[in-house]
Amino acid sequence: MIYRANIRPAWVVLVLLLCFALAFTLAKTTDSSPGDKTEKQENIIKIDLTKFKNSENNEHCLKCHGQSKYTYENDETKKMVNKRMYSELIINRNEFYVSNHKGFKCTDCHSEDYAAFPHAGNLRMESKPNCLDCHGGDEKYAKFQFEKIDTNFMASVHSQKHSQDFTCWMCHNPHTYKIKARTNENLKETITYDNLICLNCHSDITKYELLTDKRKPNLLDKHDWLPNQASHFTNVRCIECHTQNKDTLIVAHQIVPKNLAVKKCESCHAKNSILYASLYKYQVQENISRKGWVKGLILSETATIGPDQDNTLNIISIVIFTFTIAAILIHAFLRIRNSK
Amino acid sequence: MEDHTNEPLYLYPIWIRLWHVLNALLCLTLIVTGLSIQFANPTITVRFNVAVVIHNIAGVLLSINYIIFFIGNLFTKNGAYYVIEVKGYFKRLKTQFHHYTVGVFRKEKAPFPVTPDSKFNPLQQISYVGVMYIIIPLVILSGLGLLYPEITVHSLLGISGLDYTDLLHLFCGFMVTLFLCIHVYFCTFGKTAISNFKSIVNGYH
Repeated sequence: MIYRANIRPAWVVLVLLLCFALAFTLAKTTDSSPGDKTEKQENIIKIDLTKFKNSENNEHCLKCHGQSKYTYENDETKKMVNKRMYSELIINRNEFYVSNHKGFKCTDCHSEDYAAFPHAGNLRMESKPNCLDCHGGDEKYAKFQFEKIDTNFMASVHSQKHSQDFTCWMCHNPHTYKIKARTNENLKETITYDNLICLNCHSDITKYELLTDKRKPNLLDKHDWLPNQASHFTNVRCIECHTQNKDTLIVAHQIVPKNLAVKKCESCHAKNSILYASLYKYQVQENISRKGWVKGLILSETATIGPDQDNTLNIISIVIFTFTIAAILIHAFLRIRNSK
Repeated sequence: MEDHTNEPLYLYPIWIRLWHVLNALLCLTLIVTGLSIQFANPTITVRFNVAVVIHNIAGVLLSINYIIFFIGNLFTKNGAYYVIEVKGYFKRLKTQFHHYTVGVFRKEKAPFPVTPDSKFNPLQQISYVGVMYIIIPLVILSGLGLLYPEITVHSLLGISGLDYTDLLHLFCGFMVTLFLCIHVYFCTFGKTAISNFKSIVNGYH
C-alpha cells in the first residue's frame, strides 16, 4: 500500500503564512509600546545640576533665562514685576547640560557686564564669538578639522548667499548643540538630529524669512521625485545629497546650490556609494578599528538597497551560475551526440 | 492504470497556461531589473530609477499572479500534482536521477511517464514544490519588506533588518534564476525537443 500524504503543500504554506502574519503583528504591537519614550524624557528631566562645576554660577543667569517668565523688583515703584522672557533668550537647562558646552560659564562667551540687572542697552551690540575663535588652531580640537569646516562653509551657499548673516550658530546652537556623528552608535538618532538642524529653518517660515525674501519651498513637493520618500527622509541626512562631499571630513559643510544636489539613484545605490564617504563613514571606521575588518563591516548598521557590496557572495553566485550553465551545456551536448 | 502514452492528454487548463506565461514574463523582467539594481551601473544596466519602478510593478503583479496560482492549487485538481507520496519517494527520486544522468544517453524510456494522475516526475515534483511553495513566497515576503522598509525589523544582533531582508531576497532571486535555466533545459526532454513548449501553449501533452 502506498502512503499518500493527503495535504497539499499549498495548505501547509497557507498555515505557515498565517502564523507568520500573526507573529509579525504581535511583534509590531510590542515594538510600539510607549514605555521607552517616557523613560527617556524622565531621564533628561532628572539631570543633577550639582555635578556641573559652573552650574551654580550659571543659575544667576538661568533664574531668569531658564524659564518662560522672570520676576524683578521695580526700583521706583518697589513692586514685584512678572515679565515674559522672549523665547529666543530662553536657555533650556536640560538641553544645555547635555550639550557640548555644558561645562562653560555663561560669561565665558558673554560679557561679565551681564551680571548687572537691568542689563546695559549696549550689550545688545556685543559680537558673538564663532567656532574658530575658540576652536581654531587648537591641537586639542585638531581632529574636528574646524579650519577645513570653515573653508567648506565659506564656499557653501549658506555663506555665499547670506554672507555675514549666516554664522555657525544658525545650525549649531551653542546652548544645545551636541556632537552626534562621532559619538552616537545609533545611526537613526544621528540622522534625525542632523536633519532637524536643517528643518529648523527649512520647515519654519519665520526663521527662513529672516534670511531671504524668497518664498519658502514645500520640502515634500520639492522631493516628490524620491521613491519611498519617507524612508529616504528617515534613513539619510539632507547633507548626503545637498553637500559637496569631502572624503576627509566626517561631516561635509559645503552646501551646494540645488541644481548640484545629488539626484542620481546610483550615487548611493551602487558599489561606490557616496554614503560610505559620509553617513556610514564614521560608524564603519569605528567598527573596523574596534572589531576588525570583517566584523566591523558586517556589523555596521549600513543598509542601502541595491549596492553590490559583498564581493564574496557575488563570486560564489557567479561560480554556481557558471557551473549550472556548464552542466546544462555538457548534458545537452552529450544528448545530441548520443542521439545520432 | 489506463495507458495514455499515445493519446494527447489535456493537462494544462487555460488558467494554468495564462498563469504560466505571465509568471515566466514577470520572472524574466524581475531578473533583468533585479540585476540592474544589484549591479547598478548606468552604462551597462537599466537605469536604476527605471529598474526600481519596473521591478516594483513586476513584483506586485507576480505576487497577484502567485495568489491566483495558490488559490487554484488549493481548490482545483492541479494542486494534487504537488502532493508528494512519501513512501518510496527517495527510491523514485534516485531512479529519475539515474535516468537523467545515465538512462537518457542510452535512449531508455522515462521511468515516470506523464499520466492524468501524475503530471510531474519525482525530481520535478520536489523542485516545483521547493520553488513554488518555499522560494516564491519568501521572495514575495522579502520583496514586500524592501518595498516598505518601515515594516522590516529595525535591527537584529547588531545587523540592520534590511540587510537580512535584502540577503534573503537576493538568495531567493538567485534560486529562481537557477531554476529558470534548469526548467527551460528540462523542458526539452519531451517527445521532441519542442513538444513540451507546444504543450504549455495548447494545453495538450
